[in-house]
Amino acid sequence: MTARVQGSGFRVQEDPGQIEGSGQALVRIDGLTVDFHTEDGRVRAVEDLSFDIPKGGTVGLVGESGSGKSVTAMTLMRLIPTPPGEISAGRVEFDGQDLLSLSESRMRRIRGKRIGMIFQEPMTSLNPVFRIGEQVAEVLRQHEGLSRRAARDRTLDLLTQVGLPRPKQIIDSYPHQLSGGQKQRVMIAQAMSCEPDLLIADEPTTALDVTIQKQVLDLMGELQARYGMSLLFITHDLGVIAEVASQVVVMYRSHKVEEGPTEALFQRAEHPYTRGLIACRPALEGNPRRLLTVGDFMTAEGEALEVPSDRLLPQVKRSEAELDKDKPLVEVTDLKTWYPVTGGLFGKVVDQVRAVDGVSLTIRRGQTFGLVGESGCGKTTLGRSLLRLTEPTAGQIVFDGEQVTAADERALRRLRKRMQIIFQDPYSSLNPRMTVADILLEALREFRPKASRAEHRETASALLDRVGLSASHLGRYPHEFSGGQRQRIGIARALAVQPEFMVCDESVSALDVSVQAQILNLLLDLQEEFGLTYLFISHDLSVVNFISDYVGVMNEGKLVEYGTAEQIYTHPQQDYTKKLLAAIPRGL
Amino acid sequence: MSTPASAMSNFDHAAAASGRSLWHLAWLRLKRNRAALTAAVVLAVIFLLVIFGPILSPHSFAHPYWEQISAPPSLETRHFFGTDSIGRDLFVRTLHGGRMSLMVGLVATGVALLIGVAWGAIAGFVGGRVDNIMMRVVDILYALPFMFLVILLMVVFGRNILLIFVAIGSYIWLDMARIVRGQTLSLRQKEFVEAAEALGVRAWVIIWRHIVPNLLGIVAVYVTLTVPKVILVESFLSFLGLGVQEPNTSWGALVNEGAQDMEFAPWGLFFPAAFLAATLFCLNFLGDGLRDALDPKDR
Repeated sequence: MTARVQGSGFRVQEDPGQIEGSGQALVRIDGLTVDFHTEDGRVRAVEDLSFDIPKGGTVGLVGESGSGKSVTAMTLMRLIPTPPGEISAGRVEFDGQDLLSLSESRMRRIRGKRIGMIFQEPMTSLNPVFRIGEQVAEVLRQHEGLSRRAARDRTLDLLTQVGLPRPKQIIDSYPHQLSGGQKQRVMIAQAMSCEPDLLIADEPTTALDVTIQKQVLDLMGELQARYGMSLLFITHDLGVIAEVASQVVVMYRSHKVEEGPTEALFQRAEHPYTRGLIACRPALEGNPRRLLTVGDFMTAEGEALEVPSDRLLPQVKRSEAELDKDKPLVEVTDLKTWYPVTGGLFGKVVDQVRAVDGVSLTIRRGQTFGLVGESGCGKTTLGRSLLRLTEPTAGQIVFDGEQVTAADERALRRLRKRMQIIFQDPYSSLNPRMTVADILLEALREFRPKASRAEHRETASALLDRVGLSASHLGRYPHEFSGGQRQRIGIARALAVQPEFMVCDESVSALDVSVQAQILNLLLDLQEEFGLTYLFISHDLSVVNFISDYVGVMNEGKLVEYGTAEQIYTHPQQDYTKKLLAAIPRGL
Repeated sequence: MSTPASAMSNFDHAAAASGRSLWHLAWLRLKRNRAALTAAVVLAVIFLLVIFGPILSPHSFAHPYWEQISAPPSLETRHFFGTDSIGRDLFVRTLHGGRMSLMVGLVATGVALLIGVAWGAIAGFVGGRVDNIMMRVVDILYALPFMFLVILLMVVFGRNILLIFVAIGSYIWLDMARIVRGQTLSLRQKEFVEAAEALGVRAWVIIWRHIVPNLLGIVAVYVTLTVPKVILVESFLSFLGLGVQEPNTSWGALVNEGAQDMEFAPWGLFFPAAFLAATLFCLNFLGDGLRDALDPKDR
């Protein structure tokens, strides 16, 4: 299946010596091949991969999940478990030594000391039972043999350098007391502690908000310049790469398909996969009617395709006057959802967390209302409150003239079939013990209890077909599907009850950009076909801009700005909105 | 729709193999696990022996042979495991005791399973005040001194096998309820449960269809830990003289008697202890295997 990709071989950089930077390569990967032995036989994770990382330079490694980019990073750290992994061929040279032939004890001295690593998930990569200071100092004491006191001083210094506020307080804090961005800074401090020659960052900003992402990227650039270290930056998002890397390696299905200087790559990518990857990310303006996907540029076998001209028709957004002609479907007045904070022996309510604090908005039939904001701003709570999955504390929700807030249990069950939700996490939103058929049938039975099983199965097949899957998937379990496919199943389940209104809660945030484009297109197609109304919640401003008619910006439980997508993006009024917009990675 | 085809092509070759039930898949996986399969076979053999074994011997479990006190195992006299200190055949007594031990183990665990899972799942799912009250009941029952309670029951109602089942079962479910509640709380947060709520599915259907099946893994492990525990609790009660009554016996009682004579008649300890140990060992292996087999992510 991958033979063709390899055959179309895009070796832009035949001679590794050409790479810009200080001229000398710190890391030289040559013909690296990594296999995994599984029950289904040998799976090739990386095949014949070669590239260099120059001293003091930054190389971006881009590819979708499963393309082999993380395996490459783990091989550099020699953290691939063998078995089941096996490095079948190739060399990895680090500063002149062959990393793959080093003994484990010598490798341990390189890991952490000369090669540092930052992981994607700041939440799980810090040990929750140790204080921040102890975790950073541990590396220092191990590698530099510092005394307890000296390690603490150095840790304090590092925490200051990565721009953490009140380092003296943070050094004695536990990970749960820090925000995601702060934890990622601690991870950077830890990785930087021994002033490594190479820093490997594996999707370091994927789990962060745009504003935090920008700060972290800036920090990494700053530190890199100060210490003159090399950086290997791994991500699925080309927009981020453009911000940090001077050199890009694109991987697709275990192969390197393209390599070159970032600017040149963005302007004239040669491989259709790279071109697809660049095109599938929604821009702030000049988007096509439906996003282009990698599938528009190449076939599954890796053959380049000509993009049909009708796929390039520009997106036309309706004007405000036109939008206001639609009838309101959801009207929210002064909605408040507070969570009580209990304390003391008998669980007395001592405080309230004001997740949603007095929001009023109107969503009109057939339109998409985009809701943006940083994590913790209350946008998810707002979406869930509309369906009363979380009980609102006060305020009023009216759906198509009917009171949602005052509905009793029966009325609510009936109402909920008209309002559905698509979740963020394609992994936890499907019951792992039910087949796709069971999942859809459950929804269908709720909708039409009287229909026969055969009728339901037929409808289920049609639904799968509609979301781009096939009836042959009915008997399978969720774990047999990829993230994007699971999200399609979640959409099919929501469609089963023929809703009018759908809350999409970060529904594309966990997906690779190329898959994200497919799902966004699907949502738009479905809206056109069934006249659906969406509340689209996301922290990704470019996605919201692409899909929404109206946009609301939330901060600390309040709706701070509200207008058509164009108004918000071209003439933001509030400072907060301006700050959000400034943090979007611009690409090139 | 643009091109779903490219993303899906990987899957099409396997599309034919579908429509297998959870239990069928679990069985296929269990079959591949050598240790668990061996454990299951050994357990089956023990069960069959315990049920039909006594027929193979000419002796009865209660008849004392005064001329053969503490005799060693012998094929000639057909005392395959020897005799005990008052000359009763140990082969038959061991199997007879096994009936009692396994019955106590299974019935009490069954009771614990039914009450514990239902109690824990409802408390965890409904939450709020209901959860609070239900779990406080568990706490109160925990606080009662179990042994004292059993002794009291025995004194009031007289020694009775059924009472032992009830007493152990009503105590052992507390652990199960706590574990199940904890697991339910985390499952309740899962988005597939909320999706079902959003579709208007009734609460008890959600518990039955979404919560309980996802508890299978942990419950399977816990059951295999509970059966040995119950067997041991019964042994302890028998040791105190509150368990089974002579001439009836159980593995625990036999081990206790055998231990007293182990210097000159080690077979009296060895055979019941070997059966007990083998059973507990196999249950643990089977439990491990079941947990893996019931995990749908494992292939």
